[in-house]
Amino acid sequence: MSDVAAHASDASQSALPAWSLPKDAVDRIALPAEWPERVTREWALGGATGKGIRVCILDSGVDATHPLVGELESAVVISVGEDDEILASEDEEGDLSGHGTACAGIVRAVAPEADISSVRVLGANFTGSGAVLLAGLRYAVEQGFDVINMSLSTTKKPFASTLHELADSAYFKRTVLVASAHNMPVESYPWRFSSVISVGSHEESDPLAFFYNPNPPVEFFGRGVNVEVPWIGGRTLTVSGNSFATPHLSAICALILSKHPELTPFQLKSVLYLTATNVGGGT
Amino acid sequence: MTDQPDLRAAVAAGVVGSEDSYRALLAAIVEVARSIFGAKASSILLLDEETDELVFEAVVGEGEETLLGTRFPAGKGISGWVLATRTPLVIEDVSNDPRFARDVAEDTGYVPSGLMAAPLLHDESALGVLSVLDRPEQSLFSLQEMELLGLFANQAAIAVDLLLKARTAERLLGAEGGDLEVVARLASAVDALEDSQREAGIRLLRELAAMLGSA
Repeated sequence: MSDVAAHASDASQSALPAWSLPKDAVDRIALPAEWPERVTREWALGGATGKGIRVCILDSGVDATHPLVGELESAVVISVGEDDEILASEDEEGDLSGHGTACAGIVRAVAPEADISSVRVLGANFTGSGAVLLAGLRYAVEQGFDVINMSLSTTKKPFASTLHELADSAYFKRTVLVASAHNMPVESYPWRFSSVISVGSHEESDPLAFFYNPNPPVEFFGRGVNVEVPWIGGRTLTVSGNSFATPHLSAICALILSKHPELTPFQLKSVLYLTATNVGGGT
Repeated sequence: MTDQPDLRAAVAAGVVGSEDSYRALLAAIVEVARSIFGAKASSILLLDEETDELVFEAVVGEGEETLLGTRFPAGKGISGWVLATRTPLVIEDVSNDPRFARDVAEDTGYVPSGLMAAPLLHDESALGVLSVLDRPEQSLFSLQEMELLGLFANQAAIAVDLLLKARTAERLLGAEGGDLEVVARLASAVDALEDSQREAGIRLLRELAAMLGSA
């Protein structure tokens, strides 16, 4: 598939008008169709380790000293300055709740060679956490991570349009945003946006089992019940919730991308669909 | 204006009565939640936005006598995470985690070994957190229980919203020059009218209500 990547790159540099495709330009965006006759799990992620893929954990911070997490590529804490500027400084506190460490541990277990970074948007105080969340997501999109794990959501409607803009921006910059769905009857974001990969929980114990939901807005179900995870204080806990199903899907995305780095978020979502346990991946 | 305090007292009495009812409703919700899950304790924490703290508003089971009214910072710990991310969470075997203990145990001496927590969401706001502590150890958690927790949290959020509205009304009634003060003054003025003028006054108020969109 490396040819596809080369062609995609050429096409993006050829400065086509954004709104049309002139007749003489058709050849310039020709892409070789090197997809297998049948997209299987083996083709998608067999033997993959996540190597070379940068995964961002947008959460409460990550405790890198936990043996089940290991070294981080980077760790920053986000704050918003007096003029609404985004401030990202090195995070020396680690994880303030344990949740981000758990998410990082899940990614490490499923995609052991992925490069994990922590962008902390929680802690210190509750007030203003929404603005920090937005700033953190903007920062993460700007950093060009391959996958951003967002095991959180907001119910504040004023934030929805900015989140939507950021989710679309990530989508077009080939950053896959994987977001927790809400399992309570409330409107929350960004998981409802079609440009993200939204995740709910299934009860099976296989970390690589994931299901496609034919009745969106939740698009996929990952392992989210009774999951053993690292926690702060060097402990290992058993936890449940959509926020733990999300890093399972993030890690699966990292596995697929490490084997097929040319995939756009749109193509990746199609591969996820074709290889979902209830579609073509169960065999 | 002399009859205004009586009118305000009458409205206030209704509001004060409702606060007790809503508190009783919150207590009933945590009681039922504890019972259904077979848990040792259950509580409702409310966010105090002014101080950025979570306050125990209803408690049943372990800590029942000492916890009510106790506060801790809203940005930290598991409840803080649930509140900020608006996401429910279930954790088993947390007994030996010293940092987890900050959340609940420091105030009570009671260290739970398991915790289910869901945010209390109403419209766009996260009002607080519903917690259920120490389910029976032998049973593995299931998605059915998560759904049940969400349903309880939803019910609790409605009760909390009513409680907060009752408190706001009570505060407004007590504040000179507040919105309710204006309404109360208007009602007093109409009350004071002679019968002949009263009818016209009521008609005027109806027209005003229609203009304001609440016909």
